[in-house]
Amino acid sequence: MIASRNQPPLAAPPCTGESLFTPIMARIAGIEHLTALEKVFTLELPLGKSLGHRPGQFVEVSALGVGEAPISISSSPSRSNGHFELCVRKVGDVTSALHRLRPGDRVGIRGPYGRGFPVEKFRGKDLLFAPGGLGLAPLRSLINQVLDERALFGRVIILYGARNPSELLFKDELKQWGERDDVELHLTVDRADDNWMGHVGVITTLFKDISVYPRNTVAVTCGPPVMYRFVLMELLGKGISEGNIYLSLERRMKCGVGKCGHCQINHIYACQSGPVFPYAEIKGLEEAL
Amino acid sequence: MATGEGQPYCGTVTSGLIGPGRLHSEVAAVSLTLIQKSDLADFVGHLLTHYRVVGPMKTGSGFAFGVIADPATLRLDYPTTILPPKKYLLPPRETLFEFDVAEGSLSPPLLAQPTVIFGAHTCDVHAIQLLDEVFSSGQVDAQYLNRRRQTLIVSVECLAPCDEHSFCKSMGTLTADDGYDLHLTDMGEAYAVDIGTTAGHDLLIQNAITREASPEAVRRLNAVLSEKWAKFPYRLDFDVSDLPSLLSLSMKSPLWTELGERCLSCGACTSVCPTCFCFDVRDETEMDPRHGQRVRIWDSCQLDEFAAVAGGHNFRKSRAMRQRHRFLRKGKYILEAHKQLGCVGCGRCARACLVNITPVNVFNELYRQQEAGR
Repeated sequence: MIASRNQPPLAAPPCTGESLFTPIMARIAGIEHLTALEKVFTLELPLGKSLGHRPGQFVEVSALGVGEAPISISSSPSRSNGHFELCVRKVGDVTSALHRLRPGDRVGIRGPYGRGFPVEKFRGKDLLFAPGGLGLAPLRSLINQVLDERALFGRVIILYGARNPSELLFKDELKQWGERDDVELHLTVDRADDNWMGHVGVITTLFKDISVYPRNTVAVTCGPPVMYRFVLMELLGKGISEGNIYLSLERRMKCGVGKCGHCQINHIYACQSGPVFPYAEIKGLEEAL
Repeated sequence: MATGEGQPYCGTVTSGLIGPGRLHSEVAAVSLTLIQKSDLADFVGHLLTHYRVVGPMKTGSGFAFGVIADPATLRLDYPTTILPPKKYLLPPRETLFEFDVAEGSLSPPLLAQPTVIFGAHTCDVHAIQLLDEVFSSGQVDAQYLNRRRQTLIVSVECLAPCDEHSFCKSMGTLTADDGYDLHLTDMGEAYAVDIGTTAGHDLLIQNAITREASPEAVRRLNAVLSEKWAKFPYRLDFDVSDLPSLLSLSMKSPLWTELGERCLSCGACTSVCPTCFCFDVRDETEMDPRHGQRVRIWDSCQLDEFAAVAGGHNFRKSRAMRQRHRFLRKGKYILEAHKQLGCVGCGRCARACLVNITPVNVFNELYRQQEAGR
């Protein structure tokens, strides 16, 4: 009865149970407190199965009895080891429930979903990362993959801003990145505290100190919606082309499989065509940024 | 695209967008089957032994699709219903799976019940074709398809407009060339039956008393189908093929602001729409919070928080933006994604809207503005 004009189904992602909506249960192998609001969960799929994600993709995470939320994958595929990491900010019902869990507890996982970063296309390029706040979580996956294949890329510049020093994520890794000769790390906070000796100001204030060769630079940014307009002005102002600026957009992906409609930006389902977009693809779209 | 008015065809499928469609060859290339009206209750009664039969029934002041227990309650002469038969394929609330927090176990959902949707109008047949495409393209929704595969559709040809809100003729849904298993046309004392699928054929021969139509009956059917055509008005002031480009140019139209000021953000329009398929996914627990189910429930892009993220940012925060999204989705986005318009012209949203926002007025106003701006 179903019309034959329908296209053949795409390959199912590795992590769904009987139906599109049935998660498989992953075990929490470790929990790290990053800040007052953010924790990193290290998760293990059953039977040592690999998640098989690309940097920039996300999973739907279930706290059974509370609900499901889309969370970007924070670990690099190059460091999978049968584990993957999610950096979760306690901001809603599901994420609050996740924050109450302990190592050994289980969470439901569906995915990975969405279009991640085209890492292969970035090879040979200088990379300028500009995450703001929690935007470092998805970019960390890409940054660590790039660092694990460091010789394949040109310069690596990271401009990272948070509201205050206590909200900087992955401080240990920031320290390691800062100590490397082949990473140019610039940190800033909107408001300093007594111990902060670094730069103070919003993320856009970091751009004036760096120079790039725009024709060979790919920029990658992720952050709160209010940040994009200003960061884009800086990036375009440096002469980086619209096709070489990548954004990871936040949307309320309820289903993750292009059906439920919540993540739609005009005709685009962010969960299918995104969350990673070259700016050139979305620049004219109302409601995108 | 047009089949010439009054020109019969020999069982070949035409686009059905414009022109009367479904006229029958008088030279017996297609054999036509008849069911006497007096035998219809017997047909439905037979179906009841094997299927859940749902169809239009009289309820209070109107009609609604309901489960038929007594064939006499099935009313094929209904004008329209508040809710479309979509509810049997995509229920307002359905369990995706059950869980036990302690066990982490996820039991599969119940299987669907074999169902016959009896008496769908062709606007709803077109809408179901769109739902089929949506849920079977990309990542296949087994939950929907499982239910759909166990559902047969017996549709009926509309011979008169249901009211001033329907605009099926403008949307190309006044008839249907496919999408049904059986299709009935009222010929007075009998129904002419088009067989759309082998499943429909089997359903008919196993359950109904039928006879082959005489050449005279075929002539009469063609007359009925031709005569009906003139009874339906075109309500759009432009050809529907121009609708997507009209909407493309409308992003900055002041009309959206005006609609936003009127809209109550109640979601009635999307609740009654035969093609709206957006949903929310929620967990429900019982008194013991360790047991429960994950459910899918209808959601509406017209509600305030539909496009809001957990951090609080709302990507369609104004009613104007949400109305614009709704109409562009119906007339453009869905067409681009699924090669079929997202509006079938049934008029249900116009009837349901408390502030008289109607697609006919919206589309015609956009057309007027565009013409004025040339």
